[in-house]
Amino acid sequence: MDFTLEAISEDALLLRFGDRIDAAINARVHAAARTLRTAALPGVVDIAPAFASLLVRFEVVSATTSLDAAIRDAIGQETAAVQTTPDTISVIEIPVCYGGEYGPDLEAVATHAGLSPETVIARHVAGEYTVAMLGFAPGFPYLLGLHPGLTLPRRATPRTRVPAGSVAIGGAQTGIYPRELPGGWHLVGRTPQALFAPTRHPPALLAPGDRVRFRAIDRAEFAALAGAAA
Amino acid sequence: MTIDAIKPGLLTTLQDAGRPGFAHLGVGRSGAFDAPALRIANALCGNLADACGLEITLRGPTLRFNTDALVAVTGAPLPVTVDGRDAPMWAPVPVRAGATLALGALRGGCRSYLAVRGGIDVQPVLGSRSVDVNAALGPLDGRALRAGDRLPVAATEAGLKYTATLPKWRVDPRPWFDDDTAQPLRMMRGAHFEHLTETSRNELFLHAFDVAPESNRVGIRLAGPTLEWQAPLEMISEGCVPGLLQLPPSGQPIAFGPECPVSGGYPRIGHIAAVDLPRLAQCRPGDAVRFRACTLAEAMDALHIRAQSLTRLEAMIRRRVTDDFGFDHDETGATPE
Repeated sequence: MDFTLEAISEDALLLRFGDRIDAAINARVHAAARTLRTAALPGVVDIAPAFASLLVRFEVVSATTSLDAAIRDAIGQETAAVQTTPDTISVIEIPVCYGGEYGPDLEAVATHAGLSPETVIARHVAGEYTVAMLGFAPGFPYLLGLHPGLTLPRRATPRTRVPAGSVAIGGAQTGIYPRELPGGWHLVGRTPQALFAPTRHPPALLAPGDRVRFRAIDRAEFAALAGAAA
Repeated sequence: MTIDAIKPGLLTTLQDAGRPGFAHLGVGRSGAFDAPALRIANALCGNLADACGLEITLRGPTLRFNTDALVAVTGAPLPVTVDGRDAPMWAPVPVRAGATLALGALRGGCRSYLAVRGGIDVQPVLGSRSVDVNAALGPLDGRALRAGDRLPVAATEAGLKYTATLPKWRVDPRPWFDDDTAQPLRMMRGAHFEHLTETSRNELFLHAFDVAPESNRVGIRLAGPTLEWQAPLEMISEGCVPGLLQLPPSGQPIAFGPECPVSGGYPRIGHIAAVDLPRLAQCRPGDAVRFRACTLAEAMDALHIRAQSLTRLEAMIRRRVTDDFGFDHDETGATPE
């Protein structure tokens, strides 16, 4: 597996597998992350995937001086074994109430795409997505796999408050706001599920590399699920 | 065993050694910005190095103690009084139940630290008592201290010599607090440094940058010559760590602090040496910051030397406070060395 390795600080290495947002490159990132987690190299404390790169943070005092070599070794062996898929692939289903007050930008997305709102929902629900990375805020997933017809640039003026659970489209990606945050993505719906709860194990509903599907629900089901979660 | 916040100070947050291990879930580490200062404060009251204390920004809080306590204040200099009587920084200070500890406005620097014997004993969140204000994560619902907050203090041994007069010694603040802001921060060139124009590459090391008022624990925003690219750079979001110097489209760099995002999409022009992050933490709005180029090897060497001297200092402090206050040796958090 080809990658470059750069020390971005005394305690962090950045492994770069490419320079663009691409499902195949991102899959390599997740495969490398799994390999390094399994390898459990001494001193390594964080293995954090991004779209095309992997951040490895370590304890300066306890990491071996040849961590670069150990990482290259571990990932090199992985390539030899062609073990690039996770042991189990589960698809996490996320219920979403589309449109209305929960998805105030659904009409705008539909207009931009030249589709009816119903078709936008159908295409958003039909997709199977991969959690490329989490970032921006704890538990915020950047999902790859959006139907190409649904991409559109971010809003010219970001909202100062996007409600928690908002399902949104930004560029060629879709994502979910784990809590109320400022944001420039287009809001197409909302999920009653908690994306991030620090007292839960694991705290984030979605982990890097997870597969995701959306399921359209109506307001009654949203209310019921939100009530059950509260 | 509690402390009441009478006045919260400008921005006072619970901090410990931080929250490693959750970057893959979008959770940053947070933790004390001037980490050695909190460690020394903890050592001064016989705590483990990662005990939770208060990080104080520009103006300190006023606290009422509902229990006998031993406290220590380190970091940027500020007036410390116990029931109106001056108390030293960089030394253990006994505080009797019912007493009021008042911390004033910082005379220089930006962040001071208060540790309390036993540590502030709030429920950890994801393994840490650090508040991440930006992520709204951590104890106190991830927010800064407010008037009326009651902070629990971990129970410690009874019968300490709290009646002891102030010790006749204190830690020399140098090099742990350095008010010589003319000294440049050591910086390694980042991946995109070479893509700056030659003028901008030179300006980064020749010019002073002002610390902008909107600086916070996420990042120290720098105002100076507008840095420019030879050609526009296409970037995708990748991992970030404290100390990174990012260049947003404004051309004014941001030096990341402990609440920085775990990923970001702006080019990286440099990385401030970890050994100088405590000095970055002490940059207050209006201060001038300069950079000096260094290599990763130099930065590593300097970091190791500083880490060793901190470990030695902590061990020395532990011996002194154990003698002065009659702590049991195995309760002072001394680790095998």
